[in-house]
Amino acid sequence: MHTNLIPMQSPNMLPEHDKGKDPVLECVNLGISFGGLAAVEDFSIAIGPTEISGLIGPNGAGKTTVFNLLTKVYQPTKGTTLLNGRDTHSMTTEQVSRAGIARTFQNIRLFENMTVEDNIKAAMNGHMNCGMLRSILRTPSFYKEEKLAHNNAMELLSLFNMEQYADTKAGALAYGDQRRVEILRALATKPSLLLLDEPAAGMNPSETAELTESIRRIRDTFHIAVLLIEHDMNLVMNLCEGLAVLNFGRIIAKGTPQEIQENPAVIEAYLGSKKSGKGA
Amino acid sequence: MEQKKKSTSGRMKKLLRGDGLTYFAVTAAFLVMTLLNQNGMLKRSVAGLLVPICCYMSLAVSLNLTVGILGELSLGHAGFMCVGAFSAVVVSGYFSELVPNPAFRLAAAMIAGAVCAAVIGVLVGMPVLKLHGDYLAIVTLAFGQIIKEVVGCLFVGYDSKGMHMVLNLRGGKTLEDLHLQEGGTAIIKGAQGAVGTETIATFTAGFVLVILTLVVVLNLMHSRHGRAIMALRDNLVAAESVGINTTRYKLKAFVLSAALAGAAGALYGLNYSSLQSAKFDFNTSILILVFVVLGGLGNIRGSLISAAALTVLPELLREFDQYWKLVYALVLIAVMLASNNQHVKSTVDRLRSRFRLKKEAA
Repeated sequence: MHTNLIPMQSPNMLPEHDKGKDPVLECVNLGISFGGLAAVEDFSIAIGPTEISGLIGPNGAGKTTVFNLLTKVYQPTKGTTLLNGRDTHSMTTEQVSRAGIARTFQNIRLFENMTVEDNIKAAMNGHMNCGMLRSILRTPSFYKEEKLAHNNAMELLSLFNMEQYADTKAGALAYGDQRRVEILRALATKPSLLLLDEPAAGMNPSETAELTESIRRIRDTFHIAVLLIEHDMNLVMNLCEGLAVLNFGRIIAKGTPQEIQENPAVIEAYLGSKKSGKGA
Repeated sequence: MEQKKKSTSGRMKKLLRGDGLTYFAVTAAFLVMTLLNQNGMLKRSVAGLLVPICCYMSLAVSLNLTVGILGELSLGHAGFMCVGAFSAVVVSGYFSELVPNPAFRLAAAMIAGAVCAAVIGVLVGMPVLKLHGDYLAIVTLAFGQIIKEVVGCLFVGYDSKGMHMVLNLRGGKTLEDLHLQEGGTAIIKGAQGAVGTETIATFTAGFVLVILTLVVVLNLMHSRHGRAIMALRDNLVAAESVGINTTRYKLKAFVLSAALAGAAGALYGLNYSSLQSAKFDFNTSILILVFVVLGGLGNIRGSLISAAALTVLPELLREFDQYWKLVYALVLIAVMLASNNQHVKSTVDRLRSRFRLKKEAA
């Protein structure tokens, strides 16, 4: 299967630091139709193992649907997805997560009644293996594993300097902090690809600048790929090494941020055609 | 020296907070009640409630695992209690000569009750847990009724040849169809239920049951399994997205809850010489649910307190004679309103913080 793939370059070409490496994610002609209506069609990209790439496009273009296809919330009706060379066709959401895709949600989905630390620890479930009986009997191996999980959770929280919120109920956090916890929770699954759905939504410019730095730091610390959906063009243009633009469920352009900014099709999608636009 | 003292008192404080306090309170209550009972200071009616109170406490905690921690409304909890009760009666009856020691027999019967209820829990849970919310609630209600009815059709007896069992689903069969030999004993007689059961349940066993239930549920809650179950309750989609197997963890919680209910039902069944399956109807399921809701969803200590209080309450309301049910309902409504009232909550918080300040000043 893998060898039959047309070599695809992320959105246009892999960034310098990922040249010659196998991509972490390859999608070939991925698509889904809801009752005959194609929400996403012919979605083909490849993402380098340590690349930060972006998926942009007008509202309703199908960006979140792509995330839902990649994480198997929806089962694609067409196309193939290879994650680290493995076909994800028969996998469930849970299995895709274990195979290495972690995500955040556009409308935050935290475990609201659980503490911040427990939110993160819940995501470590797949990497812990203390059985139910041993957990109830509290054997030494249980304490050992719990301690390790606690340390890992605190280490993750220190990424955003949020250690002091470890025992706070996640639902009681400020909006921006909830977004950060969601990112940390995704990282706790030890993914090889992190999907961020509008991570900067509702953040002010200084928070967004901070987030930009954080995402870059996450990539450098964990050596993972990041694919993000974002409307904040400042963040997208500063952060992403490759971009794909989606409109009406189809990719209309791929390239570096520079190329995308100058692409007439993109300008048209965002601002309307030149005739009706205000001199774009 | 002083520092050492401080650290021990600090440790004591830590122990008396959270789970430690729960264990401590249950143990203290058990000791006090045992003392009172031995000195004949309890009314006979209240003394007779000691074992059922332990059963209901354990049932409330186990139902809280499904309703409060897993977040799925189950209306069939009495069904698992029923399975536990009758399998315990059978085991206890069958081994009455083989194992004369009542404590051993009780333990074996309770384990058997838990195992049988767990098996039924798996059979019920697999189809039921595919549903959500109201649908799940209604289907558990149906299963609870089915279990009760099927057990009501059961004839079980034993003789020198071993165990005999007949399921009288069509209503045409009688005790004769068991074909018991001379000297055989019938344990369960269909709709008549279990009659002539040796009542081997004790308050001490009840206490052990409550403590075991607490250990299982509280330790589970604070492990990766508990976190996964609570994650499912809070957000199913997010839980799946971080690699939590929804079906497996739902079933784990449901079956564990059923097993604990089975053990509690076993103790309950061996507390009465005569027991009919009609006892484990919808009303009993609702009664346990009331304990859980009143004590607070996910609040284990609350379940214990409300189960104990609401089991004793009808006894205390005797003086209202025929109006006791009315008063009982009014008390329920008052407690529900008060415990969900923001005003009352803030007043309690204020009083608590004032109390704490005074203590610190002193």
